[in-house]
Amino acid sequence: MENLINIFVRSIFIDNMIFAYFLGMCSYLAVSKTVKTSTGLGIAVIFVMLITVPVNYLLNRFVLLPGALQWLDESFASLDLSFLSFIMFIAVIASIVQLVEMVVEKYSPALYNSLGIFLPLIAVNCAIMGGSLFMQQREYETLGEATVFGLGSGVGWFLAIISIAAIRERLKYSDIPKPLRGLGISFILTGLMGIAFMTFMGIKL
Amino acid sequence: MGLRSYIDKIKPNFQKGAKYGMFHSTFDAFETFLFVPNRVTTKGSHIRDSIDMKRTMTVVIVALLPALFFGMWNVGYQHALSIGESWPFWQTFFFGFLRVLPLLVVSYGVGLSVEFAFAQARGHEVNEGFLVSGLLIPLILPVDVPLWMVAIATAFAVIVGKEVFGGTGMNIFNPALLARAFLFFAYPSHMSGDKVWIDGLAKGQQVVDGFSGATPLANAAAYQLDKIPSAYDMFMGFIPGSIGETSKLAILIGAILLIITGIGSWKIIISVFGGGLVAGLLFNTLAINPYMSIPPWQHFLMGGFAFGAVFMATDPVSASQTERGKWIYGFLVGFMAILVRVLNPAYPEGMMLSILLMNAFAPLIDYYVIQGNIRRRLKRTNRVAKS
Repeated sequence: MENLINIFVRSIFIDNMIFAYFLGMCSYLAVSKTVKTSTGLGIAVIFVMLITVPVNYLLNRFVLLPGALQWLDESFASLDLSFLSFIMFIAVIASIVQLVEMVVEKYSPALYNSLGIFLPLIAVNCAIMGGSLFMQQREYETLGEATVFGLGSGVGWFLAIISIAAIRERLKYSDIPKPLRGLGISFILTGLMGIAFMTFMGIKL
Repeated sequence: MGLRSYIDKIKPNFQKGAKYGMFHSTFDAFETFLFVPNRVTTKGSHIRDSIDMKRTMTVVIVALLPALFFGMWNVGYQHALSIGESWPFWQTFFFGFLRVLPLLVVSYGVGLSVEFAFAQARGHEVNEGFLVSGLLIPLILPVDVPLWMVAIATAFAVIVGKEVFGGTGMNIFNPALLARAFLFFAYPSHMSGDKVWIDGLAKGQQVVDGFSGATPLANAAAYQLDKIPSAYDMFMGFIPGSIGETSKLAILIGAILLIITGIGSWKIIISVFGGGLVAGLLFNTLAINPYMSIPPWQHFLMGGFAFGAVFMATDPVSASQTERGKWIYGFLVGFMAILVRVLNPAYPEGMMLSILLMNAFAPLIDYYVIQGNIRRRLKRTNRVAKS
């Protein structure tokens, strides 16, 4: 249990997808104009992460790792399919995003419209792919750990996007030099927020 | 009023389109610095009040003066202590004065140059906001920091932290803290350790036996709890540390001034200490490492906690703007500061980073507070409409 809390807190604050690894920047910068749409996208990312990371964990554990296919037949013991992990992970992520899109379209057309192109783009959101790859690289032991890690990473991303969205809503009234308006100031802002998030770097749990 | 008539005489030269029209904002800055302008606001709603930005900034500067003067004296005192001498008061003060003055000059010089350059280029008036930041920056630095670093950090903080957001009043992060954070991450060896806090130590000067120069925070982080100075010394400020942060008495005087004049928010100050208290007590009960057993009041006396709570967290621009938001913001600042101190071995002091972190989240706190208000009032009007 302590271990799970550990992973959860780590993945939100210390290994934050945005401020520690700068993953998932495209939708983070493009959709963070208002808190409302960012909340929608953030929740979508949490949801997708929460599903894809454990599914990919199972895939990794029972198909891709060296000797993982042993449960099927003894003769597969020497088989190593890990070169397929990228394409397999992408396929899983893409199909689950499709599912989320259909669900959102059915139940919340307003959110669907405001997210626009970015919902399908979650499929190629680096944070989602990064979540699965970190899961593989860090060799999480159990399904529970992988799930908690996925949830935590999603929550960290969610926190990052709503906080920058709130700042950008406030910046609407600021007299920013013309060339920097919009994306330029968002990049600077992300860098400064990265400095602020260095608060957590080095914390050992 | 010879000066007034002289300014009036040369004023036409600086009007738009006149000979020196391009220096309009520089002239305007000096004129309003010397005299209260006789123009009135013409646009938008406004409140009649004797206070304007210049008065606000002046009050903050006056509130900072005790900490500044004590810091100067303490620089001399600590230096005399390190070489095993005891100096008379004026010699001590003057030694520190000569060490701190260059920092002040560089910080003001660089910062104001950047401000004037931006104001000129963008055709603005020069704002007084930097007068406070320029004083805060030297106060939160160790005395031994090289001057060129102060210059770089100040330029970074003013350009990236403030001017790109549109200047005074628009910044998201506290510029002074940004300057310190910049130095802290770019030149860590000059910003931490046992040597930088006392003048001359980093240059390999001879010290008397038994003198270490470690701050109370460094003692605590090394689990040498018996080496932490007495509460009286820490309260009065006879300890090594950044120039302005050591004397809690001087900070208290500043805090009283800020609260009486209503410029510093008492809600933020109280909630920062509240957050620190809760975090301190929480870690006391956990007590996994010796650092956690330190009582909360000792945390308040060490390092920059008090200074940050009074002068940094209350910055009206980068803090939460809503009244309920201020409580949440302050509480989290205090809580995070103690958390970083105790849990993060990489940083001995958590106040700087916890304030920067909450600066980043302050607009979000405000957003939820405002949304909450809207929802509550909607509910109320609906109820009234129904009945």
